[in-house]
Amino acid sequence: MWLLNSSVGKKVIMSVSGIALVLFLLFHMSMNLVAIFSGEAYNMICEFLGANWYALVATAGLAALVIVHFVYAIILTLQNKKARGGQAYAYTAKPKEVEWASQNMFVLGVIVILGMGLHLYNFWAEMQLVEVMHMLGANVDATHAADGVYHIKQTFSCPVYTVIYLVWLVALWFHLTHGFWSALQTLGWNNQVWFERWRCIGNVIVTIIIAGFAAVALIYAFCPCAGGC
Amino acid sequence: MDKNISFNLKVWRQRGPKEKGAFETYQMKDIPGDTSFLEMLDILNEQLVNEGKEPIVFDHDCREGICGMCSLYVNGHPHGPATGATTCQLYMRRFKDGDTITVEPWRSAAFPVIRDLMVDRTAFDKIQQAGGFVTINTGGIPDANAIPIGKDIAEEAMDAAACIGCGACVAACKNGSAMLFVSAKVSQFALLPQGKVEAARRAKAMVAKMDELGFGNCTNTRACEAECPKCVSISNIARLNREFIKAKLAD
Repeated sequence: MWLLNSSVGKKVIMSVSGIALVLFLLFHMSMNLVAIFSGEAYNMICEFLGANWYALVATAGLAALVIVHFVYAIILTLQNKKARGGQAYAYTAKPKEVEWASQNMFVLGVIVILGMGLHLYNFWAEMQLVEVMHMLGANVDATHAADGVYHIKQTFSCPVYTVIYLVWLVALWFHLTHGFWSALQTLGWNNQVWFERWRCIGNVIVTIIIAGFAAVALIYAFCPCAGGC
Repeated sequence: MDKNISFNLKVWRQRGPKEKGAFETYQMKDIPGDTSFLEMLDILNEQLVNEGKEPIVFDHDCREGICGMCSLYVNGHPHGPATGATTCQLYMRRFKDGDTITVEPWRSAAFPVIRDLMVDRTAFDKIQQAGGFVTINTGGIPDANAIPIGKDIAEEAMDAAACIGCGACVAACKNGSAMLFVSAKVSQFALLPQGKVEAARRAKAMVAKMDELGFGNCTNTRACEAECPKCVSISNIARLNREFIKAKLAD
């Protein structure tokens, strides 16, 4: 199977899973923006995306995408390290055309995954997971399971969490600004004209995504009553 | 006349593929600025020979930037700090008096060091032999107007064909990937009607050979196109990906 065996195939897997995750982030960010305007409306969305079958199927799909993206990142990185050879250059210089992010995608990816772990602990484990366990008959307190605004306030009332989340978002910004055009390049949807276009489109989309996420974190950190007290 | 410069030359010395290598530093005195980098090494080698020492082994041939034989990783850049030029087109006027210049061989698992600064680039020949050609004899040069080809297409094919197969892309790549070389070779044919016929077979065969020989996976850092002495663009890599994916989907 060429997708699994060839170098280009493995990168196609990275590209497709990566683009799917960018689309998910776009949706997630749009959903979060609601919390700025109305806590009530945001909680309605949380209710809608709780332990319903479609939300659970989507969650499983997302988990699969993240796992595939991460596992293939490890496989490709290890192969690349091997291809580079044992002896490192004594003197290296970075040409100015080379983006810093492009040479540090794996490290940035690890930061993103760690941040995601924390994020799941802060929110998912308190919301969807609690709801599922409650439905399965476990003895858990599900009063705040669909109260997204409560959890946002809880998390961002702690300045340390706010800072960690912002660092996470910055790492994600760097990861995605390279990842976006790189994915399209790997899929072959690029040429000399579209190269700059895709880079520009990618930068705009990614900046909107990150700014949206950061806005919610900052607004709740500095004024906890944003979505109505 | 350029003025003369004196500098330290830190050169990688390695007696054989299996031997352990190390840097050795040589003091170079009063080298004229219009000496080419390879001529400077010739001067050093003459000194070494006169002293009864082993001269430094390095690849070179045409010394006019078209054969692709010269290599050398000079001060962190394949083919040195000049852009769009090979090592033989690099002149000592680029360096300052008192500099330390570090010279290393290409470093990549697929390009093992043979001796000192010379590496084995047979892997590129093997990739080329896997499909970098047109299988039928196309006869003599056809009339220029026999097959109409758009100017922009002809230019792009020519730009891809400018690749001299020196391996600077692999040397520059943090992943040791040969995608720029392979994509240039695939593109120069895929763009033209004579090469289009076998484009799918060619892309598949050359990528398969590239993977088999242990080159890395491209992560689009663009270091290759920045260091390429012929300024081959990574838009060729997009074309190779496109050709390869199209060919595999058609199977």
